[in-house]
This record gives sequence, C-alpha cells and structure tokens, in this order.
Amino acid sequence: MAIVVKRPKLSIFEKMYLPGIVKGLWITLSHAIKMLLGRSKKVTMQYPEEKWDEELPEYYRGAPALVTDEQGRERCVSCQLCEFICPPRAIKIIPDEIEKGNTWEKVEKRPAEFDIDMIRCIYCGMCEEVCPEQAIYLRQDYAITGESREEMVHDKAKLYEIGGVRVGLVNKWNELK
Amino acid sequence: MTELVTIITSLIEPTIKIVALVFMVILPMVAYSVYAERRFSAILQDRVGPNRVGVPFTKISLAGLGQPIADGLKFILKEDLTPGHVRKVYYWLAPALTMVPALLTCAVLPFGGHLKLPFVDEPFQMVIADLDVGILFVFAIASLGVYGIVIAGWASNSKYPFFGGVRSSSQMISYEISLGLSVIPILMIYGDLNLGSIVQQQHDKGWALLPITLEGFKPVFNLRDIALLVPLLISFVIFVTSLFAETNRLPFDLPECETELVAGYHTEYSSMKFALFFLGEYAAMIIGSGFAVTLFLGGWSLPFGLGGNGEESLFWGLVAIGTFFAKVVGFILFFIWIRWSIPRFRYDQLMRLGWVFFFEIALFNILLTAGILMIFR
Repeated sequence: MAIVVKRPKLSIFEKMYLPGIVKGLWITLSHAIKMLLGRSKKVTMQYPEEKWDEELPEYYRGAPALVTDEQGRERCVSCQLCEFICPPRAIKIIPDEIEKGNTWEKVEKRPAEFDIDMIRCIYCGMCEEVCPEQAIYLRQDYAITGESREEMVHDKAKLYEIGGVRVGLVNKWNELK
Repeated sequence: MTELVTIITSLIEPTIKIVALVFMVILPMVAYSVYAERRFSAILQDRVGPNRVGVPFTKISLAGLGQPIADGLKFILKEDLTPGHVRKVYYWLAPALTMVPALLTCAVLPFGGHLKLPFVDEPFQMVIADLDVGILFVFAIASLGVYGIVIAGWASNSKYPFFGGVRSSSQMISYEISLGLSVIPILMIYGDLNLGSIVQQQHDKGWALLPITLEGFKPVFNLRDIALLVPLLISFVIFVTSLFAETNRLPFDLPECETELVAGYHTEYSSMKFALFFLGEYAAMIIGSGFAVTLFLGGWSLPFGLGGNGEESLFWGLVAIGTFFAKVVGFILFFIWIRWSIPRFRYDQLMRLGWVFFFEIALFNILLTAGILMIFR
C-alpha cells in the first residue's frame, strides 16, 4: 500500500530561499547579541569552579562501597553474587571462613579479599541491586582519580573506609532463632 | 654593481612582504579563525566556547587564546599514521595540493595602499605581486584546489572518502563557473583586471556596493552608480554563495559532513596531514573573503572616500592595512554566522542551484550590466 506524502504548499515568499535564510540569520544573531550583552543565561557550567554536587539526586550512581552495620559487623558474606553479575567483571572476591569462637560464627562466611577495579567499574548499580545482604551501595562521589593502575583498585579496607556505617537496614543475622 | 644592488633589493622587498604577510599574518589568522569559529559559534548557541587555555603552567587564562597553540602542538606531536591500504604517493601529495593553491592566491591580494616609511623616499606597494592579470591568476590557481580533494578521496582507497571526493569535486567545478561569471560585471565597470587599480578606483569613487563619497559634509553620488547597484548586488550574492561552495563550507559542506560520510575525503588522514586539510579550508575561506572585500567592498579603503592611500603619510597607510583586515575579519564572522544558522543542501539541490539558477542569473547579470553601462555612456 503506497502512502502518498503530501508536500507542504509553500508561499512565493518561502519558495525563494533568501527570505527564509535571512529570518534564520536574524534568529541566531539575536541569540548572539543577547549573549554578548549578558542578558541570557549560559547553559555551560564552568566545571572546577562550579559543581553540581548539591543538586545530585539521591539515586545518583557513584562509586561502590561496602558498609558495616550498627554492631560493627561487616555485612558482606562473600556470596559472590555481585562478582557474578558485574558486567565488566570489576569485582574479585576470595571467600573465607569465620572461625569458631567468633561472635558471628553462625554467619559462616566473610570475604578474605574484595577488590573492585575502579577502571573497569561502569557504575551500573547491578551489584547494589543483586546483593542479598544489603552490603554494597553506590555512593555519590564521581571523581575517582589515581596516578597508576594499582592505585585505582579499591581493596577491602578502602571499600569499608569509604562505605562507613549504615543504619536502619534489615538485620537478618541478629535475631535469635 | 648597481644592477646587483637593484637585483638584491628587488628580491628582498617581496621576500619581506611574503614572510610578513603569509607567515606572520595569514597563518596565525588561520589558526585563530578556528578559535574564532569555536567561540563565535558558542555565542550563537547560548554557550561558552574554549575559555581556559592561556599561559601554560599558570592559571592565567587569556580567555582561551592559547587554544590554537595547544591544538597546533597536539597536531605536531600526534602519531602520523599511513594506513596500509592507501596509494602512498597520492596520499602524501594531497594535503599539500590543498594548502598550496589556497596560500598562493594571496600573492595578488592588495592588503593596503602604499606604505611610506620615513627614511625611504619611495613608498612600498602593499601587494606581494602587482600583476596586471590579478583576477585571472586567482581563478586559475584556485581551480587547482580541486586536485587536492580529488586525489585525497581517490588515494584513501575506501568508500566514504571516495564519495566525499567525488561529491566535492563536482560541487567545486560547478560553482567555479558562477564564481567567474559573477565577477565579470565588476571587470566591465572598472575596466581593469589589476586588483590594485580596482581598489584605487573604489577609493576615489566610492565602494562598489556603497558608491557615495563625501566632499566636505555633502554626499556625492551619481545616477549611473546607483543604477549599477542592482546588478552589483546580484553579483555579490552569487559571488559569496559560490565562495561558500568553493571552500566546502556550510550550507554546501556535503562532502565532509559527519552525518553522511564519516569525515568525507579526510577520513583516513591523521595529525599533520589532517591539520593541513583543515587549515587549508580555513585559509581558502580567509583569502576568499579577502577577494570579496577587494572586489565589492572597497578593499583597503575607508567608506565614503575618507583618508588617503598612504602615498604621502605613514598614518593613512597603516589605517588602510587595518581597514582591510578589519573587513576580512568581519567577513569571516559572517561565514561562521551562516554556517551555524542554515541547514545543509542535499546534493541534487546543490547541483541544481549551481547549474540551473546561478549560471543563468550570472549570464543575465552580465547583459544587464552591459545594458546599464551603455545607457549611461
């Protein structure tokens, strides 16, 4: 079925292109004059001097970090779900046993090493979504820099340092069962 | 002995002019016209262009005026890659064939009247080569610029540059006709091909597009010049539009636009060769606006015939040079303004415009000018 597209009917003024061109030139010139006289707002943000950190929405995805809960327990149990789902495979986990005699021995597992390579991380948030222990969260800092590739790998100590303590989470290991 | 001295002095004077004009004025102007394009296009679009690069290793940002220097260093230090699948001889030849004709045509551009230095008795003419066939020289050499693009497109041995080269060569050849034909009314009115004499006549009798001179405070004009404004305005529009087409500049930049061909004929080029294409396009733009200013807007002369041409005083000589470059800068800003306001022509619309409209209108224009000149004989 052929659909016939109707061409718009042009007036004689529009058929000669020059009046249309002059109108377009006038629009751009008025923008330029307003800019030069300081009457219009520049849409560019001058980055290091002006930042938009105050206006970041709360769901902004920055760097991932591990959290501890109110009782000082590290929430990660090295289930390796985040390592499995991470698209660029930035997370590397080596799990370890919690030895008998520890307060939390019923949890049975914790990570011996937990490395996130920030050069590979794409800040997608899949690890935060998939974690069953609510242990990994994406923070709001976005300017992660370093001077060597080794410096850009965040290990377990650094991750807990930037994560800090998070209160108000589900504490499924604390109820006496 | 005296012949040797005259030979040496007659060689030194053009050399100084070439070095001063080409290397100290036109090439920096080319680099800074890239900066001007980025800045002016940003102002047209409500944003801020490059404004940070200033003195290196300090925080003094001279409103971004160091940006072209940074760009130049980047081009020099980048890896100059020759892909394996190109025809090497033509690949290396093409950027030079684009840049050289563009710079060569500035040899006949009169960028000032005369310059009378205080301790020298004869004033220097501010042209590198005062040829009596100035305009013909320009058209002959500028046509060689097509070779650079065709060879670049062909030598790159790849689809997108090939299309870009074919389109660009057909576009440039088509618009050279209207470029030449639109200048013929000017030649008929002023009766001379020598660009210096055209500008001198415009200085004495008013610009081609503003044929009014002031005597005391009374404007003086005659009916012949006012009647000649009609074909001259048509001629000006055709000349400027053909200039846009010749330099592959929007709205005629289909050969190198990013949405259709990856980068057109300079896709396979990197670092200094790409810089030569890029700067060659801007150099052609600057020198083309120099010619538009010379032929239609009075060259180095102030409006209404004010001032002198520098044969007696150094002051008016410098004013003439300053006026010329101010007009060229204004024209470049006009180029940039048009680029960022108008959408691109489709290829068949472009060819139709060149062959069907401009060719006929330029021919009719010549007849019109001849008629008016005969009436007011």
